[in-house]
Amino acid sequence: MNFRLRVWRQKDRQSVGKLVEYEAPDIPAAASFLEMLDIVNERLLLRGEDPIAFDSDCREGICGTCALTINGEAHGPDHPGAACELYMRKFQDGDTITIEPFRVRCFPVIKDLVIDRSALDRIVQAGGFISARTGSAPEANSIPIAKPDVDLAMEAAACIGCGACAAACPNGSAMLFTAAKVSHLAQLPQGDPERGRRVLKMVRTMDGEGFGNCTNTYECEAVCPAEISASFIAKLNREYARASLRRSAGE
Amino acid sequence: MIGSLDPKIPGGPLANKWTNHKDHSRLISPNNRRKFEIIIVGSGLAGGSAAATLGELGYRVKCFCYQDSPRRAHSIAAQGGINAAKNYQNDGDSVYRLFYDTIKGGDFRSREANVYRLAEVSGNIIDQCVAQGVPFAREYSGYLANRSFGGAQVSRTFYARGQTGQQLLLGCYQALCRQIAAGTVQMFPQTEMLDLVVVDGHAKGIVTRNLRTGKIDNHSGDAVVLATGGYGNVFYLSTNARGCNVTATYRAYKKGALFANPCFTQIHPTCIPHSGEYQSKLTLMSESLRNDGRVWVPKRKEDCAKSPNEIPESGRDYYLERKYPSYGNLSPRDISSRAAKEVCDEGRGVGPGGRGVYLDFTDAIERLAGENAYDIPMRIYPAVHYTMGGLWVDYNLMSNVPGLFVIGEANFSDHGANRLGASALMQGLADGYFVLPYTLPNYLAAHIGKRPPTDHPEFRKAETEVRAKTDKLLKIDGNCSLDSIHRELGMLLWDKCGMARNKAGLEEALGKIPELRTRFWREVRVPGENEDFNQSLERAGRVADFLEFAELMCIDALTRDESCGAHFREEHQTSEGEALRDDENFATVFAWQFQGNGEIARPKLHREPLHFETVHLTQRSYK
Repeated sequence: MNFRLRVWRQKDRQSVGKLVEYEAPDIPAAASFLEMLDIVNERLLLRGEDPIAFDSDCREGICGTCALTINGEAHGPDHPGAACELYMRKFQDGDTITIEPFRVRCFPVIKDLVIDRSALDRIVQAGGFISARTGSAPEANSIPIAKPDVDLAMEAAACIGCGACAAACPNGSAMLFTAAKVSHLAQLPQGDPERGRRVLKMVRTMDGEGFGNCTNTYECEAVCPAEISASFIAKLNREYARASLRRSAGE
Repeated sequence: MIGSLDPKIPGGPLANKWTNHKDHSRLISPNNRRKFEIIIVGSGLAGGSAAATLGELGYRVKCFCYQDSPRRAHSIAAQGGINAAKNYQNDGDSVYRLFYDTIKGGDFRSREANVYRLAEVSGNIIDQCVAQGVPFAREYSGYLANRSFGGAQVSRTFYARGQTGQQLLLGCYQALCRQIAAGTVQMFPQTEMLDLVVVDGHAKGIVTRNLRTGKIDNHSGDAVVLATGGYGNVFYLSTNARGCNVTATYRAYKKGALFANPCFTQIHPTCIPHSGEYQSKLTLMSESLRNDGRVWVPKRKEDCAKSPNEIPESGRDYYLERKYPSYGNLSPRDISSRAAKEVCDEGRGVGPGGRGVYLDFTDAIERLAGENAYDIPMRIYPAVHYTMGGLWVDYNLMSNVPGLFVIGEANFSDHGANRLGASALMQGLADGYFVLPYTLPNYLAAHIGKRPPTDHPEFRKAETEVRAKTDKLLKIDGNCSLDSIHRELGMLLWDKCGMARNKAGLEEALGKIPELRTRFWREVRVPGENEDFNQSLERAGRVADFLEFAELMCIDALTRDESCGAHFREEHQTSEGEALRDDENFATVFAWQFQGNGEIARPKLHREPLHFETVHLTQRSYK
């Protein structure tokens, strides 16, 4: 297959970037999108040009490293799935494909298509955990958890931390990401003791990083490779309201 | 520096060794722990759990990973599950059975004491993970569920959908995040270790490169822990993540650490077959699918081109069930992979090039394969997945270089010549949560206040070498891509040092690898500069190490003149084509010492004989 690519090239965080056009002829339809970029890079290299910097690691949709906006959509047109799970057979021969990094103020560009998502780590560091010191755990089966509860916790825990939710959101909101972690841990009895503190701290950090707020456009849910439901954002709001009320009531 | 290879296995009966050892190991009091700085390279299940636990204990920890976040370490891709001898199913499981299955699964090429300890702490891991909020699958009763996995006749595998590795890693990442916030762990993402610094015979630091800026830094510590995973990417195509590499362990090897059993590499039986040269990685289908699925090929070569739906039941050869009736589709990975190769070599393989077998199951993988698995069975073929070999460690998980600890897949210790499914997650977390936190203080207690300054001449020397190597890579100025040479290396190894090996093939590979290395240093092009986010430079350093390491693998495979587990030397097989061990001569660990300064000379072999006091060595049978 033959494609024309328009690729975001940016030397570093300080530089101004621009879209640069490349021809990508003779691409196997069975190649993944990232393999197509590998092929283009190999050709650029042999022509003496600088390869396009883009990030990827597991290439099977679980590590959350790849972060491409393809034709304006986070992770491209084949939802649900990360960009690494997108195959060229999804496109038409002769298509022009525009490739940019995730566009979020809180994810500055490092180079070309590579971004800095450390803001997401800082949200988790603020409280996205259960403080269970190694060695302090009781026997695993001593806490039965109803299957529907653990299944719902798993739905939320499936988040791969790619940041596509924030990239797709017109407000640059990371609420789906934060909601997934808050919901996962609040759903389980083990997470209960820190439930209030956790949500308050995580939301404060999320706001402090400069992420926007949710206005219910559901773009996040539409692009999420892990199919995290936007209803978890409602759960986040409920958890936040509950914790705020309890705090103001002096609990 | 290298004495006799003493694994330092504690005395006493097998079941009491670990308890006795813990009871008599030296401790560090809480107010002294902050005086120690521990360097941990890698943030997967082993490194992440070690960093979180040592941080909780009060040590000052520096943790490094090449990924942009510790949550992305490759442990995240593990699918099927984690074993533990909980016996929740009341089906006869016990610590001894998990130990026995693991040591038998490894074809009697691992240490009894290490494996027993692994089985012993397996239950604690499940407890710990549940407490962290890992959403393991549960029954309607609310109690934990189990599934069955290869190489066992009990159901002892805990799982979280097909994302067990992800959920365990996130549990461990969250514990790590808590310590980062508490200030006990300093995290260095996108930072690669490029050398180990050894001062007066002890590992006391590392040299790193910041992958974003290219900045080279020195870090000194009271001990160095490598948790850098396996080297499967030496084959170019594997199920490993793109970034997985041998660099940290290989460079430690060049600084004196012994590399043990490098030829023990696991080929996983159920992967999606590869389709073309452009392919960058192979995708695994979880082994847990094999307990629902049935693996088959047509009985007659003439049927191979037919659509599988046209082949009647009587025309199908369920070869695993036929050859291994008691374990059937759940035979261990080495045996299942080899059986697939065997039927394909007979000309009964399916799909392009006849390199595939059918796995019948009804879970759609339409997107990956472009075929609908509801309508027709999916094609699978074995792929490189895990490496049992790694740096040599003693019972304390310390290498022969004092102060250098190696945990998780990066060490060699627990899986022998073949790893059973759902045991990698168990080992990574056992090492990080429950073993290293006991064995590391024993070393530290005797070495308080020995951390050198980072301007020590050994740091300067290592840094100069790192800079020189980087400059050399950037100056090659050829016109050939890294991938093309790496791919060639991979194909060579797959052919000569893959599922089956023989003397002539290994000797041929040993002749060709140096040629590839010469071509690499003459012909590749590494664009850009060091002081930049330079992915080509990163990869060039790793491929350069693979090109040296591949030779070590082949030398090991050639020297181990027997078949065992995943190491199948064609010269040594039973009349039924199974691996034929030679316990008299090879019930021993091969640990290799780097020789030569700059130029690669034949490494020196050290042996650690394996003593089996509890199990009887038998021909492994899964019939």
